[in-house]
Amino acid sequence: MTTAATMPETIMIDVARYHPEHDEEPQYERFEVPYRSDWVVLDALNHIKDQDDGSLTYRWSCRMGVCGSCGMMVNGVPVLTCAAFLRDYLPGPVRVEPLAGFPVERDLVVDLKDFIGKLSAVKPWIIREEETPLSEGEYKQSPGQLADFKQFSMCINCMLCYSACPVYQHEEEFVGPAALALAQRYNADSRDEGNAERYPLIWSDDGIWDCTFVGECSEVCPKHVDPAGAIQSAKLESTVGWYTSFLPLGRKRD
Amino acid sequence: MVDTLEHDILIVGGGGAGLRAAIAAAEESPDIDIAMVSKVYPMRSHTVSAEGGAAAVIKSNDSLEDHFRDTISGSDWLADQDVVEAFVREAPDEMVQIERWGCPWSRESDGSVAVRPFGGMSIERTWFAADKTGFHMLHTLFQTSLKYTAIKRYDEWFVTRLLVENGRCQGVVAIELLSGQVRAIRARAVIVCTGGGGRIFQFTTNAAIKTGDGMGMAYMAGVPLKDMEFVQYHPTGLPGTGILITEAARGEGGVLLNNKGERYLQAHDLGEALDVNDERHPQLRAMELGPRDRLSQAFMKEEQKGNVFRDSEGSYVHLDVQHLGEKKIEAKIPFVRELAKNYGGVDPVYEPIKVRPVVHYMMGGIDTDIDAATKLPGLYAAGECACVSLNGANRLGSNSLTELLVFGARAGRNASIWAREHPEFDSAALEQQASAEQERIADQYINNHDGKERIATLRTELQETMEQGCGIYRDEVSMKATTEKLAEIKARFRSGIQLDDHSLSFNTELTSALELEFMIEIAEAVAHSALERKESRGSHQRTDYVERDDEAYLKHSLAVHSEGGPQINYRDVAITKWPPEARVYGRDH
Repeated sequence: MTTAATMPETIMIDVARYHPEHDEEPQYERFEVPYRSDWVVLDALNHIKDQDDGSLTYRWSCRMGVCGSCGMMVNGVPVLTCAAFLRDYLPGPVRVEPLAGFPVERDLVVDLKDFIGKLSAVKPWIIREEETPLSEGEYKQSPGQLADFKQFSMCINCMLCYSACPVYQHEEEFVGPAALALAQRYNADSRDEGNAERYPLIWSDDGIWDCTFVGECSEVCPKHVDPAGAIQSAKLESTVGWYTSFLPLGRKRD
Repeated sequence: MVDTLEHDILIVGGGGAGLRAAIAAAEESPDIDIAMVSKVYPMRSHTVSAEGGAAAVIKSNDSLEDHFRDTISGSDWLADQDVVEAFVREAPDEMVQIERWGCPWSRESDGSVAVRPFGGMSIERTWFAADKTGFHMLHTLFQTSLKYTAIKRYDEWFVTRLLVENGRCQGVVAIELLSGQVRAIRARAVIVCTGGGGRIFQFTTNAAIKTGDGMGMAYMAGVPLKDMEFVQYHPTGLPGTGILITEAARGEGGVLLNNKGERYLQAHDLGEALDVNDERHPQLRAMELGPRDRLSQAFMKEEQKGNVFRDSEGSYVHLDVQHLGEKKIEAKIPFVRELAKNYGGVDPVYEPIKVRPVVHYMMGGIDTDIDAATKLPGLYAAGECACVSLNGANRLGSNSLTELLVFGARAGRNASIWAREHPEFDSAALEQQASAEQERIADQYINNHDGKERIATLRTELQETMEQGCGIYRDEVSMKATTEKLAEIKARFRSGIQLDDHSLSFNTELTSALELEFMIEIAEAVAHSALERKESRGSHQRTDYVERDDEAYLKHSLAVHSEGGPQINYRDVAITKWPPEARVYGRDH
């Protein structure tokens, strides 16, 4: 614990800068910002943008760990910068880089189009053969049935898991941790009957069998979604699911 | 020359209201072509931060009439009663619909959705997904929207203005952030769903993106902003950051204590403090479950009496949930625990949370009617950016998430019908307007190297003056000072902004400047509307006019844009069946 007496007045932030209009490679630029024990890395970036260099480019919004915008590499580890306190990086410098494994659009902003496409590909919506009229009220779901998928519904799409995933770094086609966890979220939802529609992709070469179960995704996940666990469940299901795949729609357990 | 794209319906903003509108439009007319333009990816929208829940009558012991009455008294009679009637009637089906789409609602043991108590509500009627209700609703809507191929998204495009020609809204001008290119997108109907503008205040629960862009662009296109003086302070934000600690913490039984350890709300006409172990605690429509305006005002009174704590981050009181125990806290309000631990430095299982009032929500917004239509043909609005007059002078917690479903859906359906009936465009005029807008952005910002004013400086001054003049308690002198300060800020803004970034790709400094332009406009609308309303009602409390004045002000204020500043007009409130009465909490009347 740093005491008030040893608390520094400033801290150095080394930021990766890249401008597509004139840079071949990212460059590092050092900024000195005031040190405050209650500041997060995002506060330091906002200070730089407001006071020193308005061209510094990054995404952020809620600053409370739920919108998923501000994921970056801090000292080589993918984190939400709104939840990474400067006090945990003393005495600095703190190295801030764009999330690893993605093309960089500018400075700390990475290209998310690949993920957005994968999100749609796993069909993350309720699929049912028949809908009852709304007047009949909500579908019943017991707390236990909710617990079967709730954890996998907590993903904020922050991309830290893709950044940490060694498979995604080499195989861009890999559907990846968050999208596979989301497929599992719907497959495990008692209201859904769409498993069979999702299986072809998640059981494909680019799906769950690509995962070598390193578990880095679950390590870095700020919301404890445990994508590695979701992929493991999906692998187990797929061995028994081969039989049920002959049915027009997958069946849930009761 | 500006490239032009074309769609039947264009939705600005991809939060809860925008997504609900898009789905409604797609279902209303399967062959319609819908564009959703958002400055962030939809799942980043601020709906994501809503925590406590969404109100709708679903249980057999509840009634539409009670939801109606709670909402009207919560609004201090400034809600339009026909709107509230439609809202409470359509709310249950909308909530069942999003349940069908997969929203992971917390459940009772019999599998039905669970409901919790909420401030100002006379019965438990707030649906919740633990304490991340907005997050789950937003992701459910976003994921569901992905199955509609008719919805084409423009993620990370910033809309700078509406295209209006021949008395109709016919599209927008937008910047594609990645390339920096300006484009015209013409559309037969436009729906604005851009959220509120809490960022015009210094201390707010609102995310960085909540800069009131849609309100600003509608206002500048001639649509009035209604009831802008009504700004909701949520009673429980974390000091320093302003991060929201949900009302659900009190709905589950949490209590507020001053520096004497007193349940101080009982000194402010909110009822009697029952022991936390009394089975009647928490009492509905009383004490900690009073409405937000009254609780925030009680804090200010306690502060005046010296009954609040103080530290380096200012004054605060204690929100205590320890008696709920770890198991209930983890089951019902786990996010409260996570936020308090990460950002408040305490574990609420073992210590009280430091809280204080914080700007949370704008009751006012783009003037819309019960169909979510504005007075500008072809332009619709829904969600926080709109003022359909559901919330009046004070919104009840958990009505806004339901509002964005009910009125988002209405906007989507009505825009879809309008678009079918009005296929024609004034194409040449629209192109000309778009070229002019491109030139304006280039001249005013990208190619302007002579600007002297820094964005952050002006923005901070604006936020400070709003907090000073338009806070929880207001008076003529401080509000006048604020309107004068805003005029000065506007003049300095117009004299030229100093940008460090003159490039095109992903220029977030440019978008900050464009946001500040909208913030200045809506801040003026707030301050001038507040100055003109010489009464106290709901969240608008004046120390120089302390009583509600139904004779003169049972009216909506309408701020109309003009070069010299906002002009304030008035329109009567729609009272269908419940004329104004005394607004009473915590006791019979």
